[in-house]
Amino acid sequence: MATNLELSARLAQAPQRKTPALWQRVSLPWTITVTYLLIMLVLPITALFGKALTVSPAEFWRIATSDIALSAYDVTFFTSLAAGLINGVMGTLVAWVLVRYKFPGRKIVDAAVDLPFALPTAVAGLVLATVYRETGWIGQFFAPFGIKIAFTRLGVLIAMIFISFPFIVRTLQPVLQEMEKEAEEASWSLGATQVQTFFKVILPPLIPAILTGVALGFSRAVGEYGSVILISSSIPFKDLIAPVLVFQRLEAYDYGGATVIGTVLLLISLAMLFVINALQQWGRRYA
Amino acid sequence: MPSVAPARPSKGIASFFGPPLLITIAVVYLALVLFVPAIAVFYEAFHKGIGEFLKAVGSPAFQSAVGLSLLATGVSVPLNTIFGLCAAWVIARNQFPGRSLLISLLDLPFAISPVVVGLMLVLLYGENGVWFGPTISSWGLKLIFSPPGIILATIVVTLPFVAREVMPVLEDAGPAEEEAAKTLGAKDWQIFWRVTLPNIRWGLLYGVLLTNARALGEFGAVSVVSGSIVGKTQTLPLFVEEAYKNYETQAAFGAASILAILAVITLILKEILERRTAQRGGH
Repeated sequence: MATNLELSARLAQAPQRKTPALWQRVSLPWTITVTYLLIMLVLPITALFGKALTVSPAEFWRIATSDIALSAYDVTFFTSLAAGLINGVMGTLVAWVLVRYKFPGRKIVDAAVDLPFALPTAVAGLVLATVYRETGWIGQFFAPFGIKIAFTRLGVLIAMIFISFPFIVRTLQPVLQEMEKEAEEASWSLGATQVQTFFKVILPPLIPAILTGVALGFSRAVGEYGSVILISSSIPFKDLIAPVLVFQRLEAYDYGGATVIGTVLLLISLAMLFVINALQQWGRRYA
Repeated sequence: MPSVAPARPSKGIASFFGPPLLITIAVVYLALVLFVPAIAVFYEAFHKGIGEFLKAVGSPAFQSAVGLSLLATGVSVPLNTIFGLCAAWVIARNQFPGRSLLISLLDLPFAISPVVVGLMLVLLYGENGVWFGPTISSWGLKLIFSPPGIILATIVVTLPFVAREVMPVLEDAGPAEEEAAKTLGAKDWQIFWRVTLPNIRWGLLYGVLLTNARALGEFGAVSVVSGSIVGKTQTLPLFVEEAYKNYETQAAFGAASILAILAVITLILKEILERRTAQRGGH
């Protein structure tokens, strides 16, 4: 009986002795992760929402829907959407060409796709403004038709296309690489034309990846600041984007105004994060 | 029906012109968006001769910008590497409630506009801010509109890279080798240095590379918290903008070309690392 008790006491102790060891192993990475995230992310976000809550709802609504803010959303979202869609089409084409065809310089082209990730946005804005202005290398070909690119909404579009370009190619490439050629060959052998094969066999499984890429690019373009500030004239109602408006409000020490528009942008970013997560899960189900 | 060889419509016009036409369209698009601008950086920086370039990069404002950029990068890369390793381990090796919430939280800096990140820090630590600002300034310290603010902003925007790159590699490697080492009596640090680290080293380097590139190039968040006092709180990208706004084109492109060279080096290293990881996965 006594030995039984001793044994069960020892058994009960054994896991207890082990637990601290396990907890020690666990604690350091956990502590660092949680503390770091609290200080670097949670605290700043709370500060923004905290400040936003000090603005009365009526005032919040008035600032968030003022004419200048509405026009800034308009420029930001429609230009980002246009950039996302253009890259959706052209990025799909580039990914297809890079995966399916061999041509001289393919590897260099493939590596260069990541340039917008590696190049600082200020440098991108500087050089795009130089190349696309009326006397610039590319801008001069548009000037005779009366098309101004730099310092207009078109310039904002070019900057957004530049910075969001890699997302679609890099999202699509692995999916294209895994796609089997058998389905296409079967489609051809059954007498489908190339156009039919493309729209009915090749494209459908790619759609989740394309949409994910477009959403990632759109989300990046909505928040973009560095390249746009250099290529746009930042004139309200013309080519002023929402992040630049936040910046201008801060420069004018209008913390309330900056907070309201910043909060709107943050909420949209969070919504986009959910959309992207949903799209990625849809894509995984497809694969 | 006798079996007919798959009649791939390869003799058609579409297929004859298809690949070359598609390749041409792709290359022309990339030229307009990527290649021409990339070449233009170096042309603008050097077409007046190397002397003008050296004059541009010799100015004290430029050199102090280099210093601050290196400081911000030098602080944020090691800190985010340590954090990234911890966060990747926590997420890849543990199942716990709120795990996917943690992953989403980690992704936030990629989703939020850098300007909004800067705004948050100004509200949190700025003198006119709502939170710690008054306390900090009563201690005689200044975080916003000074180098510490720039370092903080750089840390926040580059926070996810290492964790994001290490997480999948750690998941792929699995816990088996670590558990074997533990059974054989290895200590936690020994397991980390001798088992875990060798397994994840390429992914880790890749994450460090991305963190480094973004830290050197960050503009939006840093711009908000800097107040851009020339020679004091200017990083290289801020110097580019300031010089451009003041019509000092030569200085702007001088700094831009240095950042562009760093970007090209980043791409080359990235290519090498990608090949390493592909080889590892291959055998």
